[in-house]
Amino acid sequence: MSEVKEKEVLKVKKSEALLSKRRKNILIDPLDDNNPVTIQVLGICSALAVTIKLEPTIVMSLSVVFVMIFSSLLTSLVRDYIPVRVRIIVQLAIIASLVTLVSEFLKAFNYEMFKVLGAFVGLIITNCIILGRLEAYAMGNKPYDSILDAMGSSVGYAWIILAVAFFRELLGSGSVLGYKVFEMIGWETFPTNGLFVDSIGAFIILGLIIWVQRSRNGYVEN
Amino acid sequence: MDLINLIIKSAFMDNMVFAYFLGMCSFLAVSKKVSTANGLGLAVIFVLTCTAPLNWLIQQKILNEGALSWIGPQFATVDLSFLQLLMFIAVIASFVQLVEMVIEKFSPALYGSLGIFLPLIAVNCAILGGSLFMVQRDFNLQEATAFGFGSGLGFYLAIVALAAIREKLKYSHVPDGLKGLGITMLLTGLMGLAFKTFIGMTL
Repeated sequence: MSEVKEKEVLKVKKSEALLSKRRKNILIDPLDDNNPVTIQVLGICSALAVTIKLEPTIVMSLSVVFVMIFSSLLTSLVRDYIPVRVRIIVQLAIIASLVTLVSEFLKAFNYEMFKVLGAFVGLIITNCIILGRLEAYAMGNKPYDSILDAMGSSVGYAWIILAVAFFRELLGSGSVLGYKVFEMIGWETFPTNGLFVDSIGAFIILGLIIWVQRSRNGYVEN
Repeated sequence: MDLINLIIKSAFMDNMVFAYFLGMCSFLAVSKKVSTANGLGLAVIFVLTCTAPLNWLIQQKILNEGALSWIGPQFATVDLSFLQLLMFIAVIASFVQLVEMVIEKFSPALYGSLGIFLPLIAVNCAILGGSLFMVQRDFNLQEATAFGFGSGLGFYLAIVALAAIREKLKYSHVPDGLKGLGITMLLTGLMGLAFKTFIGMTL
């Protein structure tokens, strides 16, 4: 009897396709047109500092993707039980637990990388993209949609910082992922520029990436 | 004297924004007008000066390995340092909430002008970063307070200076794609270059 009932309910609530057009938009929009870093000005805080080399940046982006997806899922699951007044603290507690997990994992399996990233793993907590997406999306939407949104935003963020890291390592240290590319092609006197190892290079490269991306998309900020 | 040097060092040479990219979100978002930048900067100084020593106490008396031995000898081997991030962010968020309530109660005028920025501060990376760096660098209590104050001061200087430049920038012709965030990033880079001149100084 109950089985029949369940089938009827399923028929009435005709479920949306796993990757319908709307959901694809949720996933793809933050990659380019609505990029969290270049368009929404979020999450520049904690990540620029690790973009000197490509390798720590890859670890950092993976950590952010992980924290983002799971915090969105968890927040979305408990969203109806969070009192409005303390929601920020609850969200921060969820993020902080996940970041602690990442940080302990790194400490155990890749201690060298943990030392390179240092305090910046902890600073994922205050990455505005994560809190911003939890507040703006996961607090009001179903878990599956929230995961898609989190995936889109975090990957949109990751490709920007990976691009910054690529140029900083290439121009600042003359290498990509530690391989001295210029020496390999026989250009041994490539003039590396200390400015790009420094924080200033990150600001300028990000500024230029923003310029290129916004001109291409035709986005103008007032 | 050492403490004054530490304040100067953390405000200028190790500037939170230009050297460590901390607090960039609010730095970019709230720097459109000098008056609002001023309010946010002052609030950051205050919160950093208070949370740095507070978190120092928590680190030394609760989280470090063996730190709990003041309760009893059986706690001497307890190591709670994995709770560091959770404790720090809880302290910061609740401190900010507390400050917000106190200001709301006793000085509605100040609350009116600061109100919106206070919750923003809880997620300002400069605050959490201040606490994490303080632990990394093994400061004592006075040094932690001085470091908190100095870092806050550095953030204040940076955001007010940027806001002043951006107010002037309204009258210049910036290419479309660079408007807003783009030109601000380039400006920040140039300001960082200016701050780099302090690095050669020895105190």
